[in-house]
Amino acid sequence: MGSSHVDLSKRHTEKPSFSPEKLAEVQALMNSYPEGKHKSALIRILHIAEEEFGGWLSIETMDYVAELMNIQPIEVYEVATFYTMFNLDPVGKYVFEVCRTGPCMLVGSDQIIDYIGEKLNIKVGETSSDGMFTLKTAECLGACGYAPMLQCGKKFHEHLTKERVDEVIASYREGKVPN
Amino acid sequence: MGRRILLENDHVPGIETIDVYRKHGGYRSVEKALKKMSPEQVVEEVQKSGLRGRGGAGFPTGMKWSFLAKPEGVPRYLLCNADESEPGTFKDRYLMEKIPHLLIEGMIVSSYALGANQSYIYIRGEYMWILDILEKAIAEAKAAGFLGKNILGSGYDLELGVAPGGGAYICGEETALIESLEGKRGNPRMKPPFPAVKGLWGCPTVVNNVESIAAVVPIVNDGGEEYAKIGIGKSTGTKLISASGNLVRPGVYEIDMGISVEEFIYGDDYCRGIAYNKKMKACVPGGSSVPILPAHLVTKTAAGEDRLMTYESLADGGFASGSMLGSGGFIVFDEDQCIVRNTWNFARFYAHESCGQCSPCREGTGWMEKVLYRLEHGTGNLHDIDLLAEINKKIEGNTICPLGDAAAWPVAAAIRHFREEFEWHVTNREEAQRKNYGLLKESVA
Ligand SMILES: Cc1cc2nc3c(=O)[nH]c(=O)nc-3n(C[C@H](O)[C@H](O)[C@H](O)COP(=O)(O)O)c2cc1C
Ligand code: SF4
Ligand code: FES
Repeated sequence: MGSSHVDLSKRHTEKPSFSPEKLAEVQALMNSYPEGKHKSALIRILHIAEEEFGGWLSIETMDYVAELMNIQPIEVYEVATFYTMFNLDPVGKYVFEVCRTGPCMLVGSDQIIDYIGEKLNIKVGETSSDGMFTLKTAECLGACGYAPMLQCGKKFHEHLTKERVDEVIASYREGKVPN
Repeated sequence: MGRRILLENDHVPGIETIDVYRKHGGYRSVEKALKKMSPEQVVEEVQKSGLRGRGGAGFPTGMKWSFLAKPEGVPRYLLCNADESEPGTFKDRYLMEKIPHLLIEGMIVSSYALGANQSYIYIRGEYMWILDILEKAIAEAKAAGFLGKNILGSGYDLELGVAPGGGAYICGEETALIESLEGKRGNPRMKPPFPAVKGLWGCPTVVNNVESIAAVVPIVNDGGEEYAKIGIGKSTGTKLISASGNLVRPGVYEIDMGISVEEFIYGDDYCRGIAYNKKMKACVPGGSSVPILPAHLVTKTAAGEDRLMTYESLADGGFASGSMLGSGGFIVFDEDQCIVRNTWNFARFYAHESCGQCSPCREGTGWMEKVLYRLEHGTGNLHDIDLLAEINKKIEGNTICPLGDAAAWPVAAAIRHFREEFEWHVTNREEAQRKNYGLLKESVA
């Protein structure tokens, strides 16, 4: 884990700020914990912040979360860098996390990863030139019996074949979440 | 299909809603426990049931509950471990996705038994859509009076929260889970103190797997003795098995503990054999952390007896010729799979997931991955195979949490049973890049 570090060269130009509705949601999350234990809401709030502010966590976003939660920025950085779901670099509109662990590999995940890379003309870790897709690999996502699979946002796409990958990509290109 | 207790109603349309769930007998255990039983009586039923933790270690749930410290005036917590990140395991997801109220119901009776007034479900961050399902179910349960203050007029109060992780396997380890739930990095804690004495926010805490908590529902409804009638010896009840790999019909199955492995792999009610009419080469029966077994030790023990789906039978033969039931992640390999490649794949997983706190685990998992990469990619040498065994010994037993062991054991088992295949990767480098060793060893055996 954790070779990731905070890269100060990547910044948001504007100070992030939640909409009033999101702010209320975040406050409610903090209040749902016992007095003085609101830090427990941090991981969930980081997920929300990531979704709200471009799919990744910039220094500005993390500092903003620290300020909201009344904790030190370092307490946010150390968490954001530990949990691999958080993107610490800018990403495309859709992030494909393709599982590469044993059970998926047994039924062809390596080939699916290669195929997506070819199709989008990117390597693992890169974003397509149109800014639409980022390709990542992930470790077992709990879909081993429905493999190969990829996760995009909250959605799992399972039983992947090359044809299925084509459909999924085409659908996202049209701005629709595939079934 | 055998008896189904947990998944009995998984195909009923609308079972994820409280109305349909109640029509099918849902929340009876809450009525029964809160109105007719004392918390101690619930614990007693769980003890009688012989239920063993379904998260992997198989520790008796009733006994774990009896260890919970109860100092006056200090809150106690029940945490449900829905981190489910052990490769090959996806049963908790199935249960929560299909029948979320079963877990909520189990959390209520279990919290009551433990005297917890605030409980949490910690769910892996990748299951975010299931978090939504659970929160909806919790809201329904609360509206129906099964959560909140003075539940069913019993005087018992309970709030239930759900918290997500962020993609770290280690947070399935109970003390790492607690750290994570406190909003910190998921670094496991030194034990003792055990969570039963000092857990969440320094208070007495019980951590249980999703399936363990769900199983408390039928135990309370029908009694612990009834539950203990299913199964063999100390493996009581039913078990959810996640079946993956090269099977005709992978998926989640609820089995009666004690059916034969043969029936599970080949039976019409279960996995229906190996896909594409191929032969089985190997099987990892309990998630990636347990030893791999070559085909001839999967359906039979070394003594030639039928291998059964129980904690004891899968472990028969110890590490020499047995494995473990673990989390019930049943991964099957066909004849075209490469054991070296899979061993490297799993080693990479553990190197990726080590939290980095202890050097034997942090460095050792990284070294194992590098050495296995060499062997798999045709640049290893014969000494590397012994080097792996050396690294193994340096990790095993020298770490804060069991992840180190979990990383070391599978490598040791792969070499124990498939040494020729590792050697073949060194002696036939080029051929090994093009084709697989296949069943060469198995056909000799
Ligand atoms: C590295 C590691 C990962 C684990 N992952 C999980 C997990 O994902 N789910 C789980 O229930 N238990 C997991 N466990 C076991 C837990 O520490 C704990 O024993 C379990 O949640 C207790 O519940 P049970 O008694 O109901 O099985 C893991 C243990 C280790 C060492
Ligand atoms: S054994 Fe590995 S995962 Fe466990 S505490 Fe040590 S470094 Fe972390
Ligand atoms: S191994 Fe890919 S989802 Fe489990």
